[in-house]
Amino acid sequence: MSVSDHPSAAACPGCIALPDIARRVEKTRSEHAFDVQISLPSIHCASCISGVERGLMQLDSVEDVRVNLTRKRATVRVAPGTEPDTIVHHLERLGFEAQPLDNATLTAGESDKQARDLMMRFGVAGFSSMNVMLLSVAIWAGATDATRDMFHWLSAAIALPTIAFSAQPFFKSGFAALRAARLNMDVPISLAILLAAGMSLFETINSGEHAYFDAALSLTFFLLAGRFLDQKMRSTARSAAAELAALEAPTALRVVDGDTHTVKVTDVSVGDILLVRPGARIPVDGDVIQGASEMDRAFLTGETDPVAVAIGAQVRAGEVNLTGPLHIRTSAVGPDTLLHGLADLVSVAEEAKSRYNSLADRAAQIYAPAVHLLALIGFVVWMYLTAGDVRTSLNIAVALLIITCPCALGLAVPAVSTVASGGLFKRGLLVKHATALERLAEIDEVVFDKTGTLTRGTPTLTNPQDLPDHAFALAAALALGSNHPRSKAIAKAAEGFDLPDVQVTDIVEHPGLGVEAKFQGQTVRLGRAEWVTGQGDSSTCLGIDGQDTVQFTFEDTLRPGAAELLQHLRDRNIPVMLLSGDAENPVAQLAQDLNIPTWQSGVLPSEKAAVLEAKRAAGKRVLMVGDGLNDTAALAVAHVSIAPASALEATRVAADLVLVSPDLSRIQDSLRIAKSARKRILENFGVAAVYNSIAIPIAFVGLATPLTAAIAMSTSSILVSLNALRTR
Amino acid sequence: MDVLVFLIPVSVGLGALGLVAFFWTMKSAQYDDPQGDAARILRDDYDDNPKPD
Repeated sequence: MSVSDHPSAAACPGCIALPDIARRVEKTRSEHAFDVQISLPSIHCASCISGVERGLMQLDSVEDVRVNLTRKRATVRVAPGTEPDTIVHHLERLGFEAQPLDNATLTAGESDKQARDLMMRFGVAGFSSMNVMLLSVAIWAGATDATRDMFHWLSAAIALPTIAFSAQPFFKSGFAALRAARLNMDVPISLAILLAAGMSLFETINSGEHAYFDAALSLTFFLLAGRFLDQKMRSTARSAAAELAALEAPTALRVVDGDTHTVKVTDVSVGDILLVRPGARIPVDGDVIQGASEMDRAFLTGETDPVAVAIGAQVRAGEVNLTGPLHIRTSAVGPDTLLHGLADLVSVAEEAKSRYNSLADRAAQIYAPAVHLLALIGFVVWMYLTAGDVRTSLNIAVALLIITCPCALGLAVPAVSTVASGGLFKRGLLVKHATALERLAEIDEVVFDKTGTLTRGTPTLTNPQDLPDHAFALAAALALGSNHPRSKAIAKAAEGFDLPDVQVTDIVEHPGLGVEAKFQGQTVRLGRAEWVTGQGDSSTCLGIDGQDTVQFTFEDTLRPGAAELLQHLRDRNIPVMLLSGDAENPVAQLAQDLNIPTWQSGVLPSEKAAVLEAKRAAGKRVLMVGDGLNDTAALAVAHVSIAPASALEATRVAADLVLVSPDLSRIQDSLRIAKSARKRILENFGVAAVYNSIAIPIAFVGLATPLTAAIAMSTSSILVSLNALRTR
Repeated sequence: MDVLVFLIPVSVGLGALGLVAFFWTMKSAQYDDPQGDAARILRDDYDDNPKPD
């Protein structure tokens, strides 16, 4: 359905009221409908596509829906004024997990363009190499004299423009490297392609016997395939990362003269008054000037218990407001906030990480000069043997350059990485960093954060079976009136019990304290013990008129797969450490439950990074798994790091891999696949070494014809690509 | 061998036709959602001649 199928703009009452209708119509039409991007992490099949598309078309405000299964995303064209939330709620009612994405953050267009550009060149190279190969077959079959010349000229006519177009990425990158006085893989590639084409043209003009047009083209074709795979993998990771960032459209509620307006966080300035509703994340650093509440600071400190705040208290960006609405006066925005300060630490550590040299780079550093040297030696030796026959000597040198085709490096490594990261994507892991898999294959120790990583970071009731039915029912009824995580835990636990029906009235939430209501004329309170009974601590109690108190105890629950993952690490004799900012008791309890011998509690963010730094200095290669802002610096320092998708953006930026699935045991898949990928890459280098040790002598003694070059090159390329597919 | 005068342009022409088709598929974004397209082919929503109920 297109825009024009919709009721004309004049049907909208607002337009008729305006004098300049024509202008208004024009404006409405351009603003008429807009696209909303929705992330659908759980869709996987044909019926999911129709479920989402048909389901959304039922909504009047939806004009068009298109689901992209590869990206697990839907583009929804909606009528103006439609809130993305209505679409998300509708989808949730239909049983699809959905989250709105921020369009502004989602600018994956640039990498898409690059991938498309590479694919275009790849297609052209494929077309030309097939045609030239066809003509070459006639020559190999024994065409001579004028016929051979004609075929050579035809090949040249197809090959030369193709090379000029398709091999551009190699020429550009190779030229850039030369200008910076460096050698990279693209230098020998460009040289081989250019020399092969130039020499073939020369031979064609002089009606020579051998022309390597087909070899130059298939070399371009295979290497473009590798380049395309590489680009595809990176753009998938990048667009997935952009998608994660787009999940949290950062907005704030600004209070001006008693009215609240939704503004972008980037538009908030110091001194602005912001309203933060319960359940929302504080967007800036600031001071509380009105209201009282409890803050969830687990992201910043690792501490699971909420902290009470009142007027005058300082709040930081990233904290979650739990119980009461707060007015805060902004004291720091954007890059000045503590949150960004932590994120900046990351960029320092990232610097160190980017110095890690990938296997392919290390191989290329040896390979590129070696090939050039070899070709030069070939040229010099044959000049000596033939007493100055430049044409023959150059022929040998070019044959050497072509036959030492760097397919194992240019094609095999990207093929292995693509297969590996594709397999991990299916298992719910995003590989963000190009060398992350290689580093993951090398780890010999694992450090875990506690809250939000090994545990869910939300409490559950531990003693529901010990509670008197009546009190439990009352507590559950009260808990429904609050968004506090402990209230939610009580309400959730109550679902599993057959409790008597109780009716409470006048439910009031007292921020920072608890919930109060009337039950049969008595006042019932659920909340902090000191508020309920007038004495005690911050544990949670239920009391009727301050009497008959019942204590509730809570515990953080384990993430699914945590025990399995730790068992797996134990089986493989990889030492595990627990490093948490939380208090000693819960950490010790968890360490005992999961059988982790070494743990530290109450660790400050800087101490976390220091521990990792010390391990690195001791030569350990540590995998750090963490989600909090307090882990950010440690994640960046670690040899390789994984963050769950529930982590804040700054934390995910620091991590090399992002775990989208809630199941922690997927991490052991990533370890296995990383090892397997590394093995395949090394195997492919082995294949290349064997191939070169056979092909180089043949080319060196002058026995390489275009036919042998074509066969040898294709065989090695196909062999390494097939080997890449074994990565599991 | 005179037949080559026809055969070679024909083979190159067919190849070029394939190339044009490839450009068209790419311009019309047919490689954007390979998984979704593989699944959509199984759906009857877009059936041109649906069976009467």
